[in-house]
Amino acid sequence: MSDIRTAFENGKAFIPFITCGDPDLETTAKVVRAAAENGADLIELGIPFSDPTAEGPVIQAANIRALSGGVTTDKIFEFVKELRKDVKVPFVFMTYANVVFSYGSERFMARCCETGVGGIILPDLPFEEKEEFLGVAKQYGIDLISLIAPTSADRISMIAKEADGFIYVVSSLGVTGTRSEITTNIGDIVKVIRENTSVPCAVGFGISNPEQAKHMAELSDGAIVGSAIIKIIEKYGKDAAPYVGEFVKSMKDAVAKA
Amino acid sequence: MSLSKGRFGIHGGQYIPETLMNAIIELEEAYEHYKNDPEFNRELTDLLNNYAGRPSLLYRADKLTRELGGAKIYLKREDLNHTGSHKINNVLGQALLAKKMGKKRLIAETGAGQHGVATATAAALLDMECVVFMGEEDTKRQALNVYRMKLLGADVVPVKSGTATLKDAVSETMREWTSRISDTHYCLGSVMGPHPFPTIVRDFQAVISRESRAQILEAEGRLPDAVLACVGGGSNAIGSFYHYIPDEGVRLIGCEAAGRGIDTFETAATVNTGRIGIFHGMKSYFCQDEYGQIAPVYSISAGLDYPGVGPEHAHLHDIGRAEYVPVTDEEAVNAFEFLSRTEGIIPAIESAHAIAYAMKLAPTMDKDKIMIVTVSGRGDKDCAAIARYRGEDIYE
Repeated sequence: MSDIRTAFENGKAFIPFITCGDPDLETTAKVVRAAAENGADLIELGIPFSDPTAEGPVIQAANIRALSGGVTTDKIFEFVKELRKDVKVPFVFMTYANVVFSYGSERFMARCCETGVGGIILPDLPFEEKEEFLGVAKQYGIDLISLIAPTSADRISMIAKEADGFIYVVSSLGVTGTRSEITTNIGDIVKVIRENTSVPCAVGFGISNPEQAKHMAELSDGAIVGSAIIKIIEKYGKDAAPYVGEFVKSMKDAVAKA
Repeated sequence: MSLSKGRFGIHGGQYIPETLMNAIIELEEAYEHYKNDPEFNRELTDLLNNYAGRPSLLYRADKLTRELGGAKIYLKREDLNHTGSHKINNVLGQALLAKKMGKKRLIAETGAGQHGVATATAAALLDMECVVFMGEEDTKRQALNVYRMKLLGADVVPVKSGTATLKDAVSETMREWTSRISDTHYCLGSVMGPHPFPTIVRDFQAVISRESRAQILEAEGRLPDAVLACVGGGSNAIGSFYHYIPDEGVRLIGCEAAGRGIDTFETAATVNTGRIGIFHGMKSYFCQDEYGQIAPVYSISAGLDYPGVGPEHAHLHDIGRAEYVPVTDEEAVNAFEFLSRTEGIIPAIESAHAIAYAMKLAPTMDKDKIMIVTVSGRGDKDCAAIARYRGEDIYE
């Protein structure tokens, strides 16, 4: 079992998403440290993909910036290995099935294990296809994180029963990106999850401010924020770290009150 | 037991976001029901015959045969269908299915614009809303088709992300579908994407080989020795091959777009240059780099300019049942001009890839051999671009 569970032991969790190599790995290192120092409980590290079909324009652009800067899966593993020397917050990777498949599933899981990445989120890997990676993931103690969507309905219990690490509850229809309003009845989804598993669940997609984060954390075990952080990195570039730190602090403070 | 569905050997599957899973399951259940429903089939046959103009001709191309001096060549004339390509076969099926499912809105990707035009046409006929996503690059290459879609009442959304071509149009249509599912059907245009699309689209396109098999038996009293079709995602090819797959004596040849050549990076010949991967909902062959980043492919043909191939083609390649050969831009343009001059038939530049390989293969075959080449679409849409390729500065 991975170290992901520990992320949910300090009250409600705040989980930032950061694309590795946007705009370069030196900046990502500073941003990750700033997030960790300011209360991030778990950090989602994005391995960029050329065609991220579940992402909105903000994260698509981050993927392009990172790939244009020359980042690769190998460079990211080296980077995480270095980061791990002083950053103790649990990490999960967020990427697409082809990135893992192309690297070689077993080789990918082995390197996650070696570099201390506890889980993988693959938005294009539904329950029915998880056997593609599940065997090797379990062999190396890596959690394949399950996603549950507003449309999951009768599928929630099936997914929850077999979930590992934590469950990523997708707040809204559509792709990633900030939203002014989240209309899905998250409470009802979480209720069904709780009936089927003790694995914690966090809500992501569309959360951009402390009020939304607090509200989602009240309904679940934590809040995940991607696009709002990527926008800060897009705006401040190499100088983004302190601004991301400040944002993470405000979000962690908000979820802590939930 | 494996839960994964829609496999062709190791290929296929359903690699899509959880948000779409129930929609895909609903589609699969509806298709399983309606494909055997006599009323549905009666309506679809009526649309195909009395609206789209099926059956399409199997034309004996005597002049082409004489010029090439080998196998007897027949052309399966999908270019004569309403809207000018094979795309209408699949679209009428899916639009009717979507309507039965209570959907009010069709969304689609398009490369050359043929599938977008066909979808906009079906939407107009069946009183449905229609939004077509098209790479911005392709909206320039195929400006006339953009106008046709708008004329038919569709919204055309230029896609600026990535390489602004077909793959990006597919990604954007998938994104749109995840944001609006309940009233919307994604009318996917090729034998690709997640199950059940590769099967649904194949079944609707299989009318091509169902007809051609009966037509060649009628004309020649025997099956052909080879069937050729161009392959991007592979819908006209799988339709052209399907009913011959059990006939081991019939060579099945898919003609891929090699662009400037398979030894260059400017190619879209997926089976010849790609590796196995997972993208756009399926496991299949894809043009990609060593880290699995999808390659920016290139072909003069917007309809073949796609970095993947349908999973059933990947499987037919693996088991050696079908061959996939590369055809360059230059060879395709030569064939475009050659067929126009010899037979008075202007093929789509996509279809010209199949003609080009027929021009190589036919002379190597005996005169008593028979070849069927699918002309998947008409070439009017390509005239301006080919003229520009030849250095003539004309615009529509």
